[in-house]
Amino acid sequence: MNDKAWLALEDGTLFAGRACGAAGETAGESVFNTAMTGYQEILTDPSYCGQLVTMTYPLIGNYGITARDHESARPRLSGFVVRELCRKPSNHESVQSVGDFLRQHGIVAIEGIDTRKLTLHLRDKGALRGIISTLDGDAARLVAKARAIPSMAGRDLASTVTCETPYEWTEGAPAKPDFRVVVMDFGAKYGIMRRLSALGARVTVVPAGTSASDILRLKPDGIMLSNGPGDPEPLTGPVETIKRLIPERVPIFGICLGHQLLGLAFGGKTFKLKFGHHGSNHPVKDLATGKIEITAQNHGFCVDLDSLPAEVRTTHVNLNDGTSEGMAHATLPVFSVQHHPEAAAGPHDSRYLFGRFAAMMRERREALRA
Amino acid sequence: MPKREDLKKILVIGSGSIVIGQGCEFDYSGTQGLKALREEGYETVLINSNPATIMTDPELADRTYIEPLTTDALDKVLAAESPDAILPTLGGQTALNLTVAAAERGILKKHGVEVLGARLETIRKAEDRQLFKAAMQKIGLDLPRSTVVTDAADLKAVSRDLGFPVIVRASFTLGGAGGGIAYHYEELLSRVHTALEMSPVKKVLLEESIIGWKEYELEVMRDRADNFVVVCTIENVDPMGVHTGDSLTVAPAQTLTDRQYQEMRDDAKRIVSEIGVETGGCNIQFAVDPRTGRRVVIEINPRVSRSSALASKATGFPIAKIAAKLAVGYTLDELPNDITKATPACFEPAIDYVVVKAPRFATEKFGEFPLDTAMKSVGEAMAIGRTFKEALQKALRGLESGKKGLEGDSGVDAETLLQRVATPTSSRLYFVKTALALGVPVERIAEVSRIDPWFLNQMLEIVEFEKSLAGAPLDAARLREAKRLGFSDAQIARACGPKTAEKAVRARRLRLGVRPSYKLVDTCAGEFPSATPYFYSTYEETGDLLPQKPGKKVMILGSGPNRIGQGIEFDYCCVQASKALREDGWQSVMVNCNPETVSTDYDASDRLYFEPLTLEDVLEIVAVEKPDGVIVQFGGQTPLNLAVALEKAGVPILGTKPVDIDKAEDRKLFGAILDKLKILAPESGIARSAEQAVRIARRVGYPVMVRPSYVLGGRAMEIVYDDASLTDYVERARKASAHPALLIDRFLADAAELDVDAVCDGKDVWIAGVMEHIEEAGVHSGDSACTLPPHSLAPSVLHTVREHTRRLALALKVRGLINIQYAVKDGAVYVLEANPRASRTVPFVSKAAGLPVARIATWVMMGRPLKKLVPAAALKGAVPPYAATKEAVLPFIKFPGVDPRLGPEMKSTGEVMGLDADFPRSFAKSQQAAGLTLPTSGAVFVSVQDEDKPEILHVARALRQMGFTLVATRNTADFLGRHGLLAERVAKIGEGKPDVVDLLKQRNLSLVINTPSGKRSRADGYQIRRTALELDIPCITNIRSVNAAVHAISVLQGASMSVKPLQDYYKSLPYPAFVGPKA
Repeated sequence: MNDKAWLALEDGTLFAGRACGAAGETAGESVFNTAMTGYQEILTDPSYCGQLVTMTYPLIGNYGITARDHESARPRLSGFVVRELCRKPSNHESVQSVGDFLRQHGIVAIEGIDTRKLTLHLRDKGALRGIISTLDGDAARLVAKARAIPSMAGRDLASTVTCETPYEWTEGAPAKPDFRVVVMDFGAKYGIMRRLSALGARVTVVPAGTSASDILRLKPDGIMLSNGPGDPEPLTGPVETIKRLIPERVPIFGICLGHQLLGLAFGGKTFKLKFGHHGSNHPVKDLATGKIEITAQNHGFCVDLDSLPAEVRTTHVNLNDGTSEGMAHATLPVFSVQHHPEAAAGPHDSRYLFGRFAAMMRERREALRA
Repeated sequence: MPKREDLKKILVIGSGSIVIGQGCEFDYSGTQGLKALREEGYETVLINSNPATIMTDPELADRTYIEPLTTDALDKVLAAESPDAILPTLGGQTALNLTVAAAERGILKKHGVEVLGARLETIRKAEDRQLFKAAMQKIGLDLPRSTVVTDAADLKAVSRDLGFPVIVRASFTLGGAGGGIAYHYEELLSRVHTALEMSPVKKVLLEESIIGWKEYELEVMRDRADNFVVVCTIENVDPMGVHTGDSLTVAPAQTLTDRQYQEMRDDAKRIVSEIGVETGGCNIQFAVDPRTGRRVVIEINPRVSRSSALASKATGFPIAKIAAKLAVGYTLDELPNDITKATPACFEPAIDYVVVKAPRFATEKFGEFPLDTAMKSVGEAMAIGRTFKEALQKALRGLESGKKGLEGDSGVDAETLLQRVATPTSSRLYFVKTALALGVPVERIAEVSRIDPWFLNQMLEIVEFEKSLAGAPLDAARLREAKRLGFSDAQIARACGPKTAEKAVRARRLRLGVRPSYKLVDTCAGEFPSATPYFYSTYEETGDLLPQKPGKKVMILGSGPNRIGQGIEFDYCCVQASKALREDGWQSVMVNCNPETVSTDYDASDRLYFEPLTLEDVLEIVAVEKPDGVIVQFGGQTPLNLAVALEKAGVPILGTKPVDIDKAEDRKLFGAILDKLKILAPESGIARSAEQAVRIARRVGYPVMVRPSYVLGGRAMEIVYDDASLTDYVERARKASAHPALLIDRFLADAAELDVDAVCDGKDVWIAGVMEHIEEAGVHSGDSACTLPPHSLAPSVLHTVREHTRRLALALKVRGLINIQYAVKDGAVYVLEANPRASRTVPFVSKAAGLPVARIATWVMMGRPLKKLVPAAALKGAVPPYAATKEAVLPFIKFPGVDPRLGPEMKSTGEVMGLDADFPRSFAKSQQAAGLTLPTSGAVFVSVQDEDKPEILHVARALRQMGFTLVATRNTADFLGRHGLLAERVAKIGEGKPDVVDLLKQRNLSLVINTPSGKRSRADGYQIRRTALELDIPCITNIRSVNAAVHAISVLQGASMSVKPLQDYYKSLPYPAFVGPKA
């Protein structure tokens, strides 16, 4: 259990710790997440594809892994970095320890390093490419490997995590659905489908590359543009699809990467944040009501507010750094948020947005009937 | 929404004396609140009876009323000030209760004041269990099954429904007072009976037992735009059944999944919205069934609390300050995060460390009590570490209760051990450690203690590592690992074997370069840069020490967890010292581990280290801060105990040199100084054995006062009347003090006692205050009421006292504060003791004299002459033209079975001050403020020892003249009769019915005068005193206080009391009061 492990960053920084997951070597972009609970959801969130996630909260694994809190079928991140991993979890729902879970899924992880030092380093230098190894402690070799991996910018990661074929969401599916929602899966979290089901929707999840006509053929009451990993810019196919869907007047709701893709479809621009927003405590203001919601966030890229056309208005802003958190089309039933209203992990303050989506779908249906 | 412009003047209500359940956390919140309101340009008025607070310093509020927290006083303050609004949510339960009472009496309406922070309806909904239950049911939340009773007649049906055990809670009481757990029917009847008596509204809640469930607290804030944030989550290590104030707690919550936690958060949000907490901080408690996850709401406090102070210190989020700003109309998004300066306060702190709070009990004073839902602890230590293990061990050594970390308690057999593990007590944790060390499985310990296995497994990791230390070589890697698990050098030394000394471990550690790093508390887990230097130590690769500013820097060592004998008064001095330094352009570095205090507010110093006050921890901070000086004389005994060792380690100590401090403590050296100065002291000697003790006692003559050297608060101090009890004492004392020496003094019976606080700069001596005790010598000065200026002593005596003080201070080479206690008997002045350090009375004297004594002492320590700091008239001895009386507040009601009697060992938890034109009025006010309602009519029971009989005559006569009737037992009645005073006879206990206790219970007595005699059995007296205490009938146990009380009663019978703010009192001083920096 006390096997050595190392974490090296592209700028030459090296941390020595202990292995606490699978043996091996894994590389990716180093980011930190400040949430104090919800490591299971983070581990299984497809948006972390290609990333080495550092948890700033030092004690991880305290309540183990439960059967109900997966956000996808398996862990999607590239590697996991913690200060101390708990061997003996305690919670009535716990079915497995995090260490066993990581090993079962072949996720390389390191513990025992000064995660605050690493966090401050990433905050100051920005997200850096890095590598975790349980095999090799040679700094020069590891740093070279870290530098060899491609940058997040410009990579199409969504196509690696999207579903291969369309499927129906069954967990909690309503017996008599009120709506039919099609989710464009760019790495969708189960939480989104769970919230849509709770709304009374029959949910069909389709691969990222599904065409507009194939989506419309499903006669959706609404279309969800899901979250997903990495940079939106290379996803030119989905952006074209969304451009085609917008004028159809089918309500569209974008979340996170979906929000960025919508921004691009509107003709806006996106940019890379220095170290991104990853956590459960970001204050967001709803400009319409003035109310503040505490939100879950996980994104490295951001929509440039000034690049949007006049008919798209900003609906939400991040109070920490003033970045875009939400937008809506002035006349069309299209809106999106950068944060995660489905939470999981995170506070439920923004769940009302699903209600807003349902209202749009209802309105649209009534308009069609009339 | 911006702040309200329709408000101009706001009244803040403080929390009064420190009592169990209401500590100095409310000075912290009140001080923050006043500062915040002033910052917004509001005029502020304060009412609080506790002089030992920073909030009652005259510069904090515009108008400071040190008056009793009664509706009468509040009414008068409202009449005098006509504020637009009252802010009651920063002053604990006391302020809320006072506000509700004032509202119910129509006082608030009469003066047209608005209540800010929490509407009355909100307070009622939160406090009244029935309304609360209805509100929770309305929003569909789960609660323990419960029912409210108003009499104890028949509880059969109720108990059938709820099952045993049943939880008993009295409505509207502090710290759960009057509550408890009933395991069978008889116990239920008796508990309900007690609870009904304690509850001011005579309502008692009976509840389904959820003992053993996991307990959580959420500290939340809500603004008037319905924005809601959770500042901190807290998980209790001791499960349900132990008051949260008595529980070991940890932040953030450790064993909830995100979904479980977010659902709890959703509940909390709905609760504050339903209860109507509009503007401010609020505490919500939940219990979770560990087997099923069923979650129930326990209670809500619509105000800041002990837990919110803890949450503020744990996260860096200043709840009270933000609460005050929300109360005047701001919304959370309009306020900045103080720590990052760049982000708004509308967020939920993310922390990247673990916080553990450990309660401090007064076991040495009141024995060990099983813990239940009525709070018993008197203080707490908080620690921050990167792991639970590290934080736990730091918190435990911060307690200063003799343990250097998680250490065991041995000396019990296997059978008893499990019982000790099963029963929550102040020492249970140590038995848990012993059980783990003996190999008792975690599952078994969890089963009997109901402590979550997560915590036990963490402790097991500590235990296993400790075992591995024995005999193994202590290389850098192992040392580092030990430190990362929170082990102190002392613990490591002990674990390595009997031959290893702490010093050796330290030396080795320094040689191997195993040193702590200091990380920041920054509210955001490092996501944003922080400009606020608030640090904790840990063993990591790097620290985040912020750059040092140029200029001189002084470190102030705080007083650690509150305990009886060392409380808020010392924190007051430390905060004053920091203020003095900063006002003079120096930087202050504060070290303390008490989360309740003002000193641990990051605002109170330039750099704050939240660390235990052990030599190891302090030396490490000195190594990184390299201060120009360290102040040890303000934090009570805690820093003084380190002074010599710090000096030896080359640390510059400011003010009186440790060797001179020692001189005053060392009886021999001190005796020599007194001899040289020809100053009298009671004859005395130092004994190291029983034989020696008896020899000394016979030489000086019985009775003698005996105590171990080097203790605070008169711990283990007793008056002993004969050889047998002295010998017995010597045996017992061995357990109370590590120092074997015992001090034996002749006891000056019936002497008047004086306390003097003075400041010396090496040339001049300023007598800041001479206080005359109300009780005679023999009652600990901390428990004695005292008055300034003295009211009964001859000018010649006072002159002698002043001269003695001046000469002693100079002879002891004092630089800074000195406190001297004197006894005056038959015109002769004796020195009882001299302590060259801050005393408990420094804040009281500062308030009375209108001069900041601790700040002046700090400037003296920095080298400024007294002549430049103190007005000439004051330096020459001018005293205030009004009277100030300090009264002690005692915790006896919380400790069933303890004799509520004053003696040489200190028992009080706090104090109040009465200010008025003359002594009787100020004494009367002090009694009111202490919650003692002196009667103005009725029957007085008199029972005094023979020595007091002559004295009681004129008291009895005066009481008769004031219209009281007298009741006495046969002897006293006969004695009074012989002197022409009619007294109704009542049977002694055991002499037939009704006896005096029956009369008390029938409430036929309004005052009890009972002076216990020295040698005789005290059983009778005990029953009378205890009964009076429980029925809230004033009971006076010494003759000098009786005299004062009679004066006060005559005042109370006359015109009603008036109120006046400090600022107005100071206008009458014969010298300029000190109202601002260098004014």
